[in-house]
Amino acid sequence: MASLRLLLAKPWIWSFIGALLVWLATIAFTGGYGGGGMITAALSLAVFTVIVGVGQMFVITLGPGNVDLSLPANIGLASAVAMKVMDGNDSMIVVGLLAALACGMAIGAANYLLIWALRIPPIIATLSASFIIQSIDISYGRGLQIKPPPGFASFTNWQILGIPVLAILTVLFSIGAAIALQRMIYGRSVLAIGQNIRAAWLAGVNVGRIRFLTYTLSGALGGLDGALLAGYFRGANVDIGNEYLLACIAVVVIGGTSVAGGKANVPGVWGAALFLVLLLTMLNTFGVSAGVRLLLTGLIIVGVITAAGGQKALR
Amino acid sequence: MTAVPAETGLKASSERGRLARARLLRGLLPALSLVLVLLAIAWLNPRAISYFGFSLMLNLAIPIALATIAQMFVIAGNELDLSIGTFVGFVGCVTATWLKDAPLVGVLILLGSICVYALLGALIYLRNLPSIVVTLGMSFVWQGLAILILPKPGGKAPDWLLSLMAFKPPFIPFPIIAALLIAAVVHFGLMRTSYGVILRGSGGNAAALSRAGWSLLKTKVMLFALAGLFGVLSGMALIGITTSADANIGNGYTLLAIAGVILGGGEFVGGRISPIGAVIGALTLALAASPLLTFMHIPPDWQVAANGAILIIVLAARVLISRRER
Repeated sequence: MASLRLLLAKPWIWSFIGALLVWLATIAFTGGYGGGGMITAALSLAVFTVIVGVGQMFVITLGPGNVDLSLPANIGLASAVAMKVMDGNDSMIVVGLLAALACGMAIGAANYLLIWALRIPPIIATLSASFIIQSIDISYGRGLQIKPPPGFASFTNWQILGIPVLAILTVLFSIGAAIALQRMIYGRSVLAIGQNIRAAWLAGVNVGRIRFLTYTLSGALGGLDGALLAGYFRGANVDIGNEYLLACIAVVVIGGTSVAGGKANVPGVWGAALFLVLLLTMLNTFGVSAGVRLLLTGLIIVGVITAAGGQKALR
Repeated sequence: MTAVPAETGLKASSERGRLARARLLRGLLPALSLVLVLLAIAWLNPRAISYFGFSLMLNLAIPIALATIAQMFVIAGNELDLSIGTFVGFVGCVTATWLKDAPLVGVLILLGSICVYALLGALIYLRNLPSIVVTLGMSFVWQGLAILILPKPGGKAPDWLLSLMAFKPPFIPFPIIAALLIAAVVHFGLMRTSYGVILRGSGGNAAALSRAGWSLLKTKVMLFALAGLFGVLSGMALIGITTSADANIGNGYTLLAIAGVILGGGEFVGGRISPIGAVIGALTLALAASPLLTFMHIPPDWQVAANGAILIIVLAARVLISRRER
């Protein structure tokens, strides 16, 4: 009983309960048909939200006003870079992934350069940067119709016993991110900066370096996500990252990370990502129109956040 | 004996003068960036600087300015509204359908939507919710409602709205008069009345305000209701110009409005905002967005990039100036 109460006190548990409820509702509707397939599909789609969500989580944890709005443009450009470098050639998969990572890291570093050198609020800096990245992508990826190498495409769709391999790898990556956040100097510094940037600075945290690393990390994860998305959906696209603008912020906050910074939560990102994907599947299964689907999605997000309640949040 | 205090006094006053100059310069910066964009347009295409040119170039500036003001009210209370763009789209769809066919129902829907905004303010305050997430959820709600009302682009603006937006006053183009009017009204309300000070104070120091006996619930509800009101005005103005609606018509306004507030000298926390600056920021964005880029013969691929670059340049200039303030 006590352990149950302890479990319920965890901020991330609500997103998993939400995901479970949505799954049960869908199963009840279909009479038990397709429950397993639904989980497989949800896992493979949630992966892409989790990867950028973790990057966004580290950025948001830095404190009020820190958010990376350049992720969608970043994903778009990296998907084009990865496809161009791989050029449909199995032997170039690793090089292509590295190129996408490097592209994302460069974008993240450029973001921080704007924030640091021009003292622009991160929201505006990453927004302006995303405009520029979008243009580069439009001009670089014009008429790009390169399919991913067959090996890469089948890797992103590879399943073992109904569990996508990509999801297993992403779980391992999330565990790594959680350890980095809670047990490593880097993560503790991020949390400290989010709680009180001045106190962190006085305590000897190299604030500039940590923020630089965090934006670079977020950029790198965006780049990786772009390459994987291009593999999964069989091709690069300027708009491939668009839906992740809101999704990556939503999963972070629904997952129990504080928007005011200084308090992060990795398992919650998974729960929230599964919740959002399953929610979409449920509404599609019910066969509602696009308008009703959007309306219900919005109402449920507001409902969940109201039920979970807010902690001390500046905004 | 007397020379020492006189000297320190002089030093203090010159220090104060320097600070005042820097602050004035900072206040003037939004206007300076607008002038800069105007000069660039005049240099590239002198014919654009005319009654007709301004009416055309600033056409879409009115709804952008109104949406920016709406966002500014929310930012004044240390919150952020990520739903204003889809809300403007929703209002547009109502305007092009209900408001024309059944004006009474249309008015009721629009008033109801302002009430929803006010309730959101109450919800955010009472449950201490992050406004980013609540408004993120609401952005889906408004978009869903807009699609339900108008599944495909169409509808028609009411005639009175069309003739209002097509108004051609002598000498000064309508968008400029409208911008001046909006800026003056909001400036007076928020910067010159005592309740305006309270509203801004709720962003500046909420704890102090509540200890002085003011209801923070009321200020939050008020700020959100005002945001809703200006969102409605923005959607109606937009449809008055475009004549018909589309569920996605306002989507770009969310980020545009945030950028406008910041460009106009507002800050995300602390209730530091400027209505006049916000309107000027919106005008700058509206001009820099397309007319300037068209005149510069920038290829379509790079127009978005040029937009971002202009934003960065203006903000960089602001930093150079506010650094002197410290």
